[in-house]
Amino acid sequence: MHIVVCVKAVPASTEVKMDPVTNTIVRDGGDAVVNPFDASALELALRLREERRAAGEDVRVSVLSMGIPATERLLRDCIARGATDALLLSDRAFAGADTLATTHALTCGMCELGMPDLVLCGKMAVDGDTAQIGPELAGALDMACVADVRTLMACANDAVTVRAGGDAGVSLVEATLPCVLTVAKEAATLRMPSIAGVLAAEHATVDVRGAAEVGADAARIGLAGSPTQVVRSFVPEQQAAGVEVSGDAIGQARQLVRIIGEVA
Amino acid sequence: MAGLRVDETRCIGCTRCVRACATGGIEVKDRLARPTDACVFCGACIDACPVDAISIERKEAGADLVAYRDIWVFVQADEHDDVLPVAFELLGRARALAAQRGCAVVALLPQGPGSAGSHERELIARGADRVLTVHDERMVPLDAEVCARWVCDLAQRLKPEIILYGATAFGRELAPMVAVRLETGLTADCTRLEIDGATGLLQQTRPAFGGNLMATIECPARRPQMATVRPGVFAGDACPRSSVSSDAAAKDQVVEYPLDASVRSRVRVLATEPAQQGASIAQAKRLVVVGRGIGSKKQLPLMQRLADALDAELGCTRPLVEAGWLEYPHQVGQTGVSVAPELLISIGVSGAIQHLAGIGGAKTIIAINEDAQAPIFGIAHYKAVGDAIEIVDNLVRELEDAVARS
Ligand SMILES: Cc1cc2nc3c(=O)[nH]c(=O)nc-3n(C[C@H](O)[C@H](O)[C@H](O)COP(=O)(O)OP(=O)(O)OC[C@H]3O[C@@H](n4cnc5c(N)ncnc54)[C@H](O)[C@@H]3O)c2cc1C
Repeated sequence: MHIVVCVKAVPASTEVKMDPVTNTIVRDGGDAVVNPFDASALELALRLREERRAAGEDVRVSVLSMGIPATERLLRDCIARGATDALLLSDRAFAGADTLATTHALTCGMCELGMPDLVLCGKMAVDGDTAQIGPELAGALDMACVADVRTLMACANDAVTVRAGGDAGVSLVEATLPCVLTVAKEAATLRMPSIAGVLAAEHATVDVRGAAEVGADAARIGLAGSPTQVVRSFVPEQQAAGVEVSGDAIGQARQLVRIIGEVA
Repeated sequence: MAGLRVDETRCIGCTRCVRACATGGIEVKDRLARPTDACVFCGACIDACPVDAISIERKEAGADLVAYRDIWVFVQADEHDDVLPVAFELLGRARALAAQRGCAVVALLPQGPGSAGSHERELIARGADRVLTVHDERMVPLDAEVCARWVCDLAQRLKPEIILYGATAFGRELAPMVAVRLETGLTADCTRLEIDGATGLLQQTRPAFGGNLMATIECPARRPQMATVRPGVFAGDACPRSSVSSDAAAKDQVVEYPLDASVRSRVRVLATEPAQQGASIAQAKRLVVVGRGIGSKKQLPLMQRLADALDAELGCTRPLVEAGWLEYPHQVGQTGVSVAPELLISIGVSGAIQHLAGIGGAKTIIAINEDAQAPIFGIAHYKAVGDAIEIVDNLVRELEDAVARS
């Protein structure tokens, strides 16, 4: 069995503060980390491998990412935690990708790795949170898809059973393989690297490929391949000032009781 | 290649672009701005540049755009065959957009074979000019892939200009599956949808890039233009139910489009655990929303007492969910629930843009925060600057006393 886990490097802190005086963004330059949802997905893959190994089967767990060259460090860390191999798609031509262009790049990466039986993604990325990549990948790869997986119950050669969130509550769902699962953060907590893992990761090669090397269509990746464009970004205007409720805490509380009585 | 361009003859190296950039995507070296690998092409630097030195160069494959017409709204019914209200909110918004485009509003309604036909009437009364529907057992329970095949088939034949989806769990799975098959753009969780008067393009506005920034997104060269919207965001646009007349919808307003015979679901629902009771903050009339400013988990019982005294539900900001103080269904905001209560009391909440994206529908907002500069005060109708615990302590006492007296 072959599992591909898609991971994204995100800022360690997604808290971006605005400088109220200059109205510009204050960055604290935190290190990049693996998107926490993707980390849970990786853990599910590693557990599945252990289960199947106990049953005498070899499972390959590849990690795949599109990102800047520095992402290699994070992929190496994934290997230290137990991933078999890693592919980083890194190229200026990938930059500026929206979800459709990202999906095309990841699909090319998938072809390069060899078509998986199971694709695991985080349910969303903490820095962008569109939650679109998983279902888009399923569409592009023509695979079944289950979103918001909370528990991986069982995985046979032709089907996977999971508990997954939906509008009606959490359901027990069976999907045919090959399949894309998007994983909730609570599904699992990624293990720490083992000493053997760290040593192995030191010598492991993280494959780094450019767009042309994976046969990506230049018109379908990066900025050029992105149908959506940001045409304007702006700090929303603050609306008219509200009524001040002043005084000491008791006075404020009394005024609030009156206001609550009046408005609702 | 497409990319960020800096006109070297104009750039004065003032670094305003660097300060405006949320991602470290531009730097100034030798008094000249240069994009870095971290650029995400958001355009913030373009707006910040005082000398118009920065631009984004794009290559576009122009599709035959004039062939596309009308605004479609995807309609989702729940397991009891009740239409989820977000459909009416979107129909209301779509009406306003359609008036500007001079086109029709079409509801897309997949149903099981036994559905009675009352939904069509209601959809037409509440904003749809036409309903495209299918009665098929493969549509119960709703399966995102099966549904995507039906929507794509229709879209390829009938060429809608815009498709809007409610950002329910199902809608968030369906819409990307449609987008990738039609190779078009999709903007998630929009908080504003408008038509650009000059170009006629759909302007989709959502919080972006982590910071306190909103981004307006367009999909100029592909069709349909597609967006998802959280339930509640356009609550004010929905046409009220009272306007539904009892007249049957005219026959030609409802068109049945069969689902291709070859489509099979690859996902089977074996059992569903009923959703947890309570925490229906989306429908709450009164809501107490707490943030990190309440200091510690120990203060939650006090906040719950306040909520009980007001007969309100309890909501919170994302950091509280991340810290495990409250469960995710309590989270208010862009990645949580959009709320639209009559009264919202916000306590120790800074008012980050992702949070504000979920409370735009609240009628009256009372904010309590020790920082008079907190952004939450920018949208609050009543502002109490002070210590959250002290004020709430007194507030609970006053409210409980009032109840005891009556
Ligand atoms: C992609 C993305 C999606 C997000 N989605 C959401 C979302 O859906 N919902 C959401 O809420 N957040 C979301 N966030 C997080 C958001 O950016 C903010 O970080 C978060 O809303 C801040 O929560 P807070 O107001 O509780 O905490 P803080 O920002 O830390 O604010 C605490 C406030 O409490 C005040 N305070 C402190 N002590 C006291 C006291 N003793 N008395 C009174 N006031 C006090 C402070 O002045 C401050 O204003 C998202 C972020 C990202 C990047």
